[in-house]
Amino acid sequence: MTSTLIWIAVGLFAIGLYLSWTAGRLDRLHARIDAARAALDAQLLRRASVAQELATSGVLDPAASIVLYEAAHAARQAEEEQREVAESELSQALRAIFTQPGQVEAVREAPGGEAAAGELAQAVRRVPMARRFHNDSVRAARALRRHRNVRWFRLAGHAPFPMAFEMDDEPPAALADRAAS
Amino acid sequence: MKIGIVCPYSWDVPGGVQFHIRDLAEHLIRLGHEVSVLAPADDDTPLPPYVVSAGRAVPVPYNGSVARLNFGFLSAARVRRWLHDGTFDVIHIHEPASPSLGLLTCWAAQGPIVATFHTSNPRSRAMIAAYPILQPALEKISARIAVSEYARRTLVEHLGGDAVVIPNGVDVDFFAKAEPKAEWQGDTIGFIGRIDEPRKGLPVLMKALPRILAERPQTRLLVAGRGDEEEAVATLPAEMRSRVEFLGMVSDEDKARLLRSVDVYVAPNTGGESFGIILVEALSAAAPVLAADLDAFAQVLDQGAAGELFANEDADALADAALRLLGDPARREQLRERGSAHVRRFDWSTVGADILAVYETVTDGAASVDTDERTGLRARFGLARD
Repeated sequence: MTSTLIWIAVGLFAIGLYLSWTAGRLDRLHARIDAARAALDAQLLRRASVAQELATSGVLDPAASIVLYEAAHAARQAEEEQREVAESELSQALRAIFTQPGQVEAVREAPGGEAAAGELAQAVRRVPMARRFHNDSVRAARALRRHRNVRWFRLAGHAPFPMAFEMDDEPPAALADRAAS
Repeated sequence: MKIGIVCPYSWDVPGGVQFHIRDLAEHLIRLGHEVSVLAPADDDTPLPPYVVSAGRAVPVPYNGSVARLNFGFLSAARVRRWLHDGTFDVIHIHEPASPSLGLLTCWAAQGPIVATFHTSNPRSRAMIAAYPILQPALEKISARIAVSEYARRTLVEHLGGDAVVIPNGVDVDFFAKAEPKAEWQGDTIGFIGRIDEPRKGLPVLMKALPRILAERPQTRLLVAGRGDEEEAVATLPAEMRSRVEFLGMVSDEDKARLLRSVDVYVAPNTGGESFGIILVEALSAAAPVLAADLDAFAQVLDQGAAGELFANEDADALADAALRLLGDPARREQLRERGSAHVRRFDWSTVGADILAVYETVTDGAASVDTDERTGLRARFGLARD
């Protein structure tokens, strides 16, 4: 009788330990998502700022400047729900402007343009990187949260179900081309 | 930035991953970063100042061959001490899924972890069995790097998740500025790789050679790499054996000079390649490249724009393509030019900047690396006082 009770106690303890460990994993994953999201925010903001700077610098022609300024401004001011759309539109605006042959060279030739073009090239490369890392962490957290033990024992607590950040982040080919940079 | 790099394979054994880590560490140090590499090594091997030994690797049969791995209590303790003493901003683990130092570090660390997946092995049974153990370790990795689009695809299929593609780096100028050697020039075909490793494809080249020699008897084949030389030429008719020259193991300088000298560099590998650093080195030296159409090779050669491809394991196709190239100096010149322009994207200046961009992305908004102290039970149930 006593030995049965001891075995039950040992079993319960093991289950508790496992659940506690899983909760720890989940906690770490949520922390990773937060960090990845902060990094993505920083990269998106950096890209919008560089784009806006370029739009107001007078290096581009007036029409392109207005298009780029609009898109960059909208991306920076977007509400959370509109963010993905606004950032995608900024990508499209950048692509539309910098696919014109000679545009990147024209920016580089302007005084201070070399640095501006370099910053923009860096920003448009890092956004897809940060987004991929963010969505990868979201996927890992989702996979664990769908596990039945996590659902039955409500190990995720009140943490919101993680959402991927979906946007068009294709960089302009002229800026992303590594051979040229 | 304080960067910790984990090398899964013995530092004293030459290999692609080891060379990659050595070059990366030295590149980062030149840029002014503080780098420490944790690698398995015998205690008496001389190590560069930035390498910390994690103890001797033990040879064990794994995945069909004998691998030298680090595991067990002692290695784990060394990993924890290295992490604790290093106070790194970011750690970069290579091959985190192999049961060696990479996996141990993944278990022991917390904070920003970057991992590079080099191989694109098909999913092994051991990996399926180990999945529940592997997954909690791999999900700590904040950023994954795959060395090619092909490696990324296998990673996505086998482990889930996503990765950015950053190719392996090469010091392009080292190869581009090497001096050609006169005795290796003039109707020469080059091959570099282990002679006795069938996956490197020397047997395919040996099968194609009689046809090449029948049409162009002045051609010579220069083979650099270790292995049994007599066995390698055993399939060749006796009178043709003199057209094959074995150079044995060559130094880095000689390798660059060889690549600068040959008329065609042939890479007949039959599989098991996830990147193909030797092709990048050949392109750097402006050698016209003829390679098997493996996924990874096709990608390095820009789908055939920077070098010619032939159907994998097809000796006749290899012979045809080699004869065409040897007889067409204009085409070779064109390949040299295209290759030299294309290869710039693999230079350390570009690759290193990309890797640093990854480091900076993951350290944005994250604390530094530390040993992973498990949260106590009390804390987890909200009972501990902060």
